Amino acid sequence: MDSCLAYAKQGSAVLMYEDGIYGAIKGTAIADKIAAASGVSFYVLGPDLKARGVAEDKVVDGIEIVDYAKFVALAAENDKVQAWV
Amino acid sequence: MSEQIKKFMYLNRRAPYGTIYAWESLEVVLIGAAFDQDVSLAFLDDGVYQLVKGQDTAEVDMKNFSPTYQALGDYDVTKLFVEKESLEERGLTLDDLMPLTYEDEDDDWAEKDSIKVVSRAELADIMEEQDVMFSF
Repeated sequence: MDSCLAYAKQGSAVLMYEDGIYGAIKGTAIADKIAAASGVSFYVLGPDLKARGVAEDKVVDGIEIVDYAKFVALAAENDKVQAWV
Repeated sequence: MSEQIKKFMYLNRRAPYGTIYAWESLEVVLIGAAFDQDVSLAFLDDGVYQLVKGQDTAEVDMKNFSPTYQALGDYDVTKLFVEKESLEERGLTLDDLMPLTYEDEDDDWAEKDSIKVVSRAELADIMEEQDVMFSF
């Protein structure tokens, strides 16, 4: 997540999914960096939150919780997609 | 065959579902439980996420294996050490974890907690006492 944020420019969209959803949780060191990243939109995949027992109210404010359809829409909207595995 | 009982510890350091390690560890623990050894589990780093309650995998089309941890007590696997620092680093407390219990046959089958939160230093001491460690 740290290095992903370092490469995210203004206008970038970051989607957290699978184990990446742990980066969307409030009260962590990463949460502060997300708040500080200006011009970057953040999304987290709802089904992966549920699978891991992470309630929606634990997600950092400003991160949009999305479903699979929105995942596809985001991939289509953004002209370059990098999987940060 | 030697009758000597050895101390086996399974180290769980990864989150569930993203990789197969957590589930594989649980499978090996259940298989190993048949061998009457002194077994304990340690959950540290992202491994603490394995015990978070309220897991619901219906929408990701994967098996939710978290209820299986509740069965460990019936297999005499009753020592689950969870590292305090790993919980704190992830904003978690004991209340965020599934309540796991076992019935103590030496104490009139009293229901007792299987999870024990220990500090990193305490866990290091417990690790030192082990004969065999499996890392997942």
